[in-house]
Amino acid sequence: MLRYIAKRLLHMIPMLILISIVSFAIIQLPPGSYLHTKMAELRASGDQISMDQIEALRIHYSLDQPAHIQYINWIKGIITEGNFGFSFEWNRPVKHLIWERLALSLVVSVSSLLLSWVVAFPIAIYSALKKHTFADYFLTFVGFLGLSTPNFMLALILMYVSSVYFGFSVGGLFSPAYLMAPWSLAKVIDLLKHLWVPMVVIGTSGTAGLIRVLRNNLLDELGKPYVVAARSKGIGIARLTFKYPVRIALIPFISTVGWQLPQMISGEAVTATVLSLPTAAPLLLGALRSQDMYLAGSFLLLLSSLTMIGTLISDILLVLVDPRIRYE
Amino acid sequence: MDPNLVPQPELIDEPEVLQDAEARVFYATQWRLMWWKFRKHKVAMVAFAVIVVMYLGAIFAPLLAPYRADERHRGFVYVPPQKVRFRDEHGFSLRPFVYPLEQEIDMQTMQRKFIEDPTTRIPIHFFVRGSSYKLFGLFETNIHLFGADGGKVFLFGTDDLGRDMFSRILYGAQISMSIGLVGVFLSLLLGLFFGGISGYYGGAIDNVIQRIIEVLRSFPTIPLWMALSAALPPDLSPIGVYMGITIILSLIGWTALGRQVRGKVLAIKNEDFVIAARLSGTSEPRIIVSHLIPSFMSHIIASLTLAIPQMILAETSLSFLGIGLRPPVVSWGVMLQKAQNVNTLMMAPWLLIPGLFVVIYVLAFNFLGDGLRDAADPYGN
Repeated sequence: MLRYIAKRLLHMIPMLILISIVSFAIIQLPPGSYLHTKMAELRASGDQISMDQIEALRIHYSLDQPAHIQYINWIKGIITEGNFGFSFEWNRPVKHLIWERLALSLVVSVSSLLLSWVVAFPIAIYSALKKHTFADYFLTFVGFLGLSTPNFMLALILMYVSSVYFGFSVGGLFSPAYLMAPWSLAKVIDLLKHLWVPMVVIGTSGTAGLIRVLRNNLLDELGKPYVVAARSKGIGIARLTFKYPVRIALIPFISTVGWQLPQMISGEAVTATVLSLPTAAPLLLGALRSQDMYLAGSFLLLLSSLTMIGTLISDILLVLVDPRIRYE
Repeated sequence: MDPNLVPQPELIDEPEVLQDAEARVFYATQWRLMWWKFRKHKVAMVAFAVIVVMYLGAIFAPLLAPYRADERHRGFVYVPPQKVRFRDEHGFSLRPFVYPLEQEIDMQTMQRKFIEDPTTRIPIHFFVRGSSYKLFGLFETNIHLFGADGGKVFLFGTDDLGRDMFSRILYGAQISMSIGLVGVFLSLLLGLFFGGISGYYGGAIDNVIQRIIEVLRSFPTIPLWMALSAALPPDLSPIGVYMGITIILSLIGWTALGRQVRGKVLAIKNEDFVIAARLSGTSEPRIIVSHLIPSFMSHIIASLTLAIPQMILAETSLSFLGIGLRPPVVSWGVMLQKAQNVNTLMMAPWLLIPGLFVVIYVLAFNFLGDGLRDAADPYGN
């Protein structure tokens, strides 16, 4: 087992290098950069002091060097001192901006993932046991509806309904009072009060997919001879279902964490913009618009690294849970 | 060649050998079998009909829409959807009509709003003459399916610039509903090419392609799409942006397809008919194109159908965030951009109607894809 994990970790290194190259290449794609735009503006207004400052930044971050040198400097900074570069737009080091945002992104994504599990699990089992009944068709339809509604639509509808019919506005992750406050128990409780809206919005799309996978797996299992044999020996249907087929059908919950997490982060990206959540995506979007390259690049790099770690965790869990999988 | 050696179709005495129904199944091609199975899937058939109607609507948009997409109606800003009536206190009329609108200022909220004036009727006429357009870019005409005589008719209301939502949704369908098709077609080409050679040749090529797919897949799609579309030059023409967005969508979309194709190729490349073709000296590209691809095409089509909704959801989300298609291009996502904040939404909830069409379209494609997948599976019951 340890050998398997070690092998997988080694395997991740070239992948991470590739991902960092792609992240860097993407933010280099657009012509011009934040500093170029800024300098042109300053030149127009004739502000010499700021111009000198920016020129210093340019030389410090070797922006006058070719792209591969810039890339190597950036990576060297990340590995040796955890320095992700400098955000020119915010005028602060990137590492001061990203961690809290990323943590909140992860909180929102993971809680949405959990919600989708909690909702999908009973629905899928019910659907499979009562297949081709009205309830099954109805639940399947609702699931498809959730899959077909764009996240931002759902967010907009929730916002509309809550302000028209219930008279309060949803959005954000904190009440104004706690926005700038340091972390405390009260702030966490406040966060939990706001978290349900994005959880519902992001969770719905994932739920539908999970219901289908789990239902189909369960249907395959329920038709197998061992189920018939166990029934003929007199084991009650509920006890039997939960003891064997459900356990096998549960495997997708674990094996799909790997690709559900990036899906959740994706969904979170759009939802966060609509609900103005203080998570990674709105900052990333802003950074992409203003071509604040180190900020945008670091976010891309970290979000995809998270995904890779998620895949690794789900593979390891899969080996632990399913004895039929060997890890040679 | 001796003509006696060629099997003569008329020599097979069908009714004696096989019963009619049995014979039909026996001789049916793979596609026919799929069609029979698909036909039984009621929901998928309905979904298919919905999709056909929607595409017809998009194709004939200029004819069906009473106004041009960019036509601004002065003094008709944020008009709510109008009710088409057949009867009022003056009695029933076979010809539908709407009431004219009058603007009024609500003294409590100080907002402008429109009220209907029930004293006069504006009749709706069919095949009326209006602004001229070219149908399919060929025939110049000015006939519209319907229009209000001596007034305006806004079935879905108007937006902040006084443009008719109904007409814009029809024109927007042309862009929104084609971007998915074009994008899926591009991903199909990429997926077939890379998945095919990856599965067929194996070894180092396979390894490299699989690693590339893994890297592409570990980027969360929306942030990656955001980054790539932000990289499109801002001075690009609307058509350039359209092409750019399609290419971006398919650059990431092909990976799932590539994996499926590879799996299928791996499974069948050592089947007898492939080995037979190879032994008789068929060239490698020909084996891939004429033996391998047809044998898994049905599966591929089913997965393509399920990939189209992903594309349209992506386009809508990107345009909604302001980094996808941009005005003056009309797409459902671009239209939804107007509905971005709650205050606008409270004032004009009908701005969300394009979203309803996105949901219907995506829902229909999901059901269609589901039905196709079942029909394409030879082992299903």
